[in-house]
Amino acid sequence: MDLISILTLFVLAIFVGFEIITKVPPTLHTPLMSGSNAISGITVVGAILAAGAEVIQGESQLFLWLGLAAVIFATINVVGGFMVTHRMLSMFQKK
Amino acid sequence: MQNIINVAYLVASILFIYGMKGLTHPRTAVRGNLTGATGMLLAVLAVLLDPGVDTYQWIIIGLIVGGGVGLVLAKKVEMTGMPELVALFNGFGGLASILVAGAAVYKPSIALPEVYTTSQFYQANIATAVAGLIGGVTFFGSIIAFVKLAEIAFGGSVKIPGKTVINALLVIGCIVFGVLLVMDPSNALFYWGIVVLASILGVTVTVPIGGADMPVVIALLNSYSGLAAAATGFVLSNNVLIIAGSLVGASGLILTGIMCKAMNRSLTNVLFGAMAEGEIADADEVYAGKVKSTSADEVSMLLDGVSRVIFVPGYGMAVAQAQHAVRDLANLLETQDVTVEYAIHPVAGRMPGHMNVLLAEADVPYEQLLEMDTINPTLEQVDVAFVVGANDVVNPDARTNPESPIAGMPIIDVDKCRTVVVIKRSLSPGFAGIPNPLFAMDNTLMFFADAKKAFQEITASVKENM
Repeated sequence: MDLISILTLFVLAIFVGFEIITKVPPTLHTPLMSGSNAISGITVVGAILAAGAEVIQGESQLFLWLGLAAVIFATINVVGGFMVTHRMLSMFQKK
Repeated sequence: MQNIINVAYLVASILFIYGMKGLTHPRTAVRGNLTGATGMLLAVLAVLLDPGVDTYQWIIIGLIVGGGVGLVLAKKVEMTGMPELVALFNGFGGLASILVAGAAVYKPSIALPEVYTTSQFYQANIATAVAGLIGGVTFFGSIIAFVKLAEIAFGGSVKIPGKTVINALLVIGCIVFGVLLVMDPSNALFYWGIVVLASILGVTVTVPIGGADMPVVIALLNSYSGLAAAATGFVLSNNVLIIAGSLVGASGLILTGIMCKAMNRSLTNVLFGAMAEGEIADADEVYAGKVKSTSADEVSMLLDGVSRVIFVPGYGMAVAQAQHAVRDLANLLETQDVTVEYAIHPVAGRMPGHMNVLLAEADVPYEQLLEMDTINPTLEQVDVAFVVGANDVVNPDARTNPESPIAGMPIIDVDKCRTVVVIKRSLSPGFAGIPNPLFAMDNTLMFFADAKKAFQEITASVKENM
């Protein structure tokens, strides 16, 4: 993708983000934050690309270790974030 | 194959948008969260098909370890510990961005195709520098927020002399390293230079911020973690990272705005100014001879024959884990046909919506939680108001004393209730560090005790008198 289309994507997505979050009842502030936080764990996709990249012979493998660590931390972010949000929301729901 | 993957990314992005939209309405929130999780699963499955993925062993190990740790943290956390956990997860998101961009420095083929244009080259390298910068600030900023929230260190507002100059120098240093990195991307030292300076910046920006401002900071760091993911998306030219990252970046900014408004402060003021310098009244002068302390028996007599009671919770309720004890008293009062409500200040607690989560944990019905603007006009008809571990958010100085450091901050006007019972361990000031004239008012009674114990005693005493 060229720079202009990627910038377009970025700017439009920011606008969509502003538009979808308008009125949030205070009850949902914490779940919205932890839920959107889990979505920011999308870095896991980049982490997988790094941890799975092919090692060419004689090349330093440092990137693999960085990739592995990235997968671990991003996955904690994703799994923990969605689950804790679910836990909170189910407390709201039981009434 | 690449087309299938991109379509999957597109579907995942749509699911993220629907998911976040769902999270803003009580009825759709659970579904929204699951929708977001589905989008994430789809994106992960799609990237596993990417031809760039050659070996799966590290990926699988990483997913299992990270998934396991995330699962345990999410299951184990107490509802009071939620702000710390969200801060920690934020930080991990930032850290992952640092690591991915770092991996791309050592192995450019992660970011760039075999044949690339000059603009692709610059895009990837500038984005790497930006990802290192935002990632570093997010990670260390979140770690400091975690340390503050878990009350390990840096309590209150810590002053760093000359912090504006220090921060400016750090930013300039990051830019210098960034330019060097773009000119010579093979030199990883330039990248780590950015990360180190950005990390220090994350610390110097977050350490001075006082406890009362923590909700703003967490919301802001939430926004940064999204932007860090988006920057990583620019490194890898990956559209799902850019879309999801910017969505979170934007929503975090909106939440930040909501929090600032609730405290009547601007974002620049939270980040750069310490608390406004106003006249700080002498505590002895405010309290001397006017504070009346009370006991459980006296309070239970007070509750005899009342018709409307409200609870105003603050962070103290969370610390004392008093939400269940509060709910028990509320239930008891309800059996005697007393109307019970909870007045929730938007920044009560240490993160947006903190009190709502705690009270929901204690099975308090959602309809009883009233927002500040809804309940304020009706407070004159309240017989007894219990202030549970809240302080600055009920300080009438905000309304009446233009010299006060918190002047103009919207508060819950409990001083207008017929009787106010403040449950607090001592007369120590809240985060703003100022005395609260509410405690010395004629219609205020101070119950000096641990909140949980106090409510258990009151409940027992009310039962006896029934």
